[in-house]
Amino acid sequence: MPTRPQKVYYFGTCLIDLCYPQAGMAGIELLQREGVEVLFPQQQSCCGQPAYNSGFPEEARKVARQQLKAFPNDYPIVVPSGSCGGMLKHHYPKLFANQPEFAEAQRFSGQVMELTEFLVTVLEIQLEDRGQPIKVTWHSSCSALREMRVIDYSKSLLRQLRNVELVELRRERECCGFGGSFSVKQADLSSAMVSDKVADIEKTGASRLLSGDCGCLMHIGGALDYQKSLIPAQHIAEFVWERVHG
Amino acid sequence: MANSSVVDFPKNFTKALNDPQLRHNLRSAMDTLGMRRRTLFSDPVSFEQLRATGDEIRQRALRQLPELLEKLEKKCTENGIQVHWAETPAEANQICLEIIQRHNAHRVIKGKSMVSEEMHLNHFLAEHDVEALETDLGEYIIQLDHETPSHIIVPAIHKNRDQIARLFHDKIPNTPYTEVVEELNAIARKVLREKFLAGEVGVSGVNFAVAETGTLCLVENEGNGRMCTTAPPVHIAVMGLEKVVERLDDVPPLLRLLTGSATGQLITTYFNMITSPRKAGEKDGPKEVHLVLLDNGRSKIWADPELRQTLKCIRCGACLNHCPVYTRLGGHAYGYVYPGPIGSILTPQIEGLVNAGAMATASTFCGACEEVCPVKIPITDILRRLRNESYQKVDTPHAVKGHGYKLSVIESLTWKGWALNNMMPWANALSAKLLGLLSAQLPRLPKVGLLKYWGQSRTLPKFAARSLHALAKEKGLRDE
Repeated sequence: MPTRPQKVYYFGTCLIDLCYPQAGMAGIELLQREGVEVLFPQQQSCCGQPAYNSGFPEEARKVARQQLKAFPNDYPIVVPSGSCGGMLKHHYPKLFANQPEFAEAQRFSGQVMELTEFLVTVLEIQLEDRGQPIKVTWHSSCSALREMRVIDYSKSLLRQLRNVELVELRRERECCGFGGSFSVKQADLSSAMVSDKVADIEKTGASRLLSGDCGCLMHIGGALDYQKSLIPAQHIAEFVWERVHG
Repeated sequence: MANSSVVDFPKNFTKALNDPQLRHNLRSAMDTLGMRRRTLFSDPVSFEQLRATGDEIRQRALRQLPELLEKLEKKCTENGIQVHWAETPAEANQICLEIIQRHNAHRVIKGKSMVSEEMHLNHFLAEHDVEALETDLGEYIIQLDHETPSHIIVPAIHKNRDQIARLFHDKIPNTPYTEVVEELNAIARKVLREKFLAGEVGVSGVNFAVAETGTLCLVENEGNGRMCTTAPPVHIAVMGLEKVVERLDDVPPLLRLLTGSATGQLITTYFNMITSPRKAGEKDGPKEVHLVLLDNGRSKIWADPELRQTLKCIRCGACLNHCPVYTRLGGHAYGYVYPGPIGSILTPQIEGLVNAGAMATASTFCGACEEVCPVKIPITDILRRLRNESYQKVDTPHAVKGHGYKLSVIESLTWKGWALNNMMPWANALSAKLLGLLSAQLPRLPKVGLLKYWGQSRTLPKFAARSLHALAKEKGLRDE
């Protein structure tokens, strides 16, 4: 494991920036709690994935270049998302293959780590639960599961919390049907997928849905809300911060 | 390769999604197949080693594809197998018909073959007064119902036992209604046995063809495939030209990967290795064996190093079984012979983006297909490439047919605007602020444009009054 750094970069992601800043701040608080200085480049924006996945790699590259510029030093780049993390870590080298910035993209990608993985493996964070007993369930985002492979770390954080009971979803490894533009371009399919996910969530008897990705949370949370479910969807960083902060 | 002339994807998708019986049948079948595969490949380390081997075998075969095909032809010919080359399905059909007519045959019995589906062979033969009977149980069931396969391995997976019971009762004369599986099997067995005896020509597919020995390998569970390749005096094997492997040694790992990935079996009940027609003094086996090698766009796919990886496929169907989209739709909704993730990368390359490009949009890029693919096909990367070439005219010799067909000024401008906004920090900060203000004014964003589609099953998120950028600044976070 990498040695404990004094400083880290934080890549907040555009969705957190616009819709879930409290989740982003919770991640920052957790890092600071461990005595790490968090650097937040104001020049950062989006990882470029929306364009990359929609068939517009040139536009994705333009936006990605902006991120390469915004994170010039060799500090770890911590990302509170498996999806954006996967883009930065695994797709930038492909996006910049045969481009002058290839070496720079490789350098950048090598520094990227998903938040929960960083907290667990690098900072070896110890959590003391100050919250009331609660039953929660967990949704694994596909990128966190298959690209970043960090689900065990995320869940290990939850298991450190003594008053939190984690009830696993029946088809935890199955996509919620978000898929970025898929959710509107294939709205019927996406709706069918998320309805099944909501039904599985309801069956757990949990009073909260947690995940490490705000894309899935926006999608599943939106569907839960639409179906008048009482189960809120929340980012793991925000949940953990609440539990330890009291 | 389409099952009908023009495929109406949105209509097909809606129809499938609104069929609760279909959704239920698929869900339980896919859950079972997935569970069986997981049980067999329970050790991730040894599975990764095995599929690295599978990937290497298929890559090595494709690297030397032209040489291996020549070698296969030479070895097969030496063994007494007659080899025919077909560039198009029409040519392949004609070759089959000529062989059948040369023997004055009118009754063909068929083992399961996706390439023959690609050729629409049965339909073509029927037009020429030749009856082609499917003998694979699943294929037999759907043929009775005038359907096409909904899955490349389990063609009748969309039907449940009750539906099959009803079908047998309705379509097979003098058949009492029964839902007992053994009785249903016995009914099919009785019909098929008579057909085997009467079959004049047998048609099969090929799972692997070994170049060094000229051996055609066929994987099956029922023995009906073997009946087709041994009972009639003439056997015609049809094969996509990518199915060749270099050495006999290459077969065992691929076989293990194929059966394990497809149905979670360590090995199938039958594994046939066909190396020649009946030799002098032998008492059984066909007197003639023909191998028809079909290109149908594969050479063009092969020419591009990235797209070529599509041809590594060994048709196990694991990507279908694990695909959340396929699980909701089944195979018919895709409208083409090959459905699911492999179909979504292969079909647009063969049929062109204009006809089949929409298949590439039916994916969330969840990656479940790549995780189980036994030969590590980079399915999502190829889907991205197809999406990209849908929007962009490409100036390379290997561009996918129909590239740039979706060229749209509005969509291009939208992404250009998005890029500019995300390249300029001041614009990004301003738009975040404006969206926050807008959201504060409206309790819910209006359901217009794309938001309308989102709003059909999900409420819309609210934009925060202050962005993370703003909060980080307030908190005094530095930058270096």
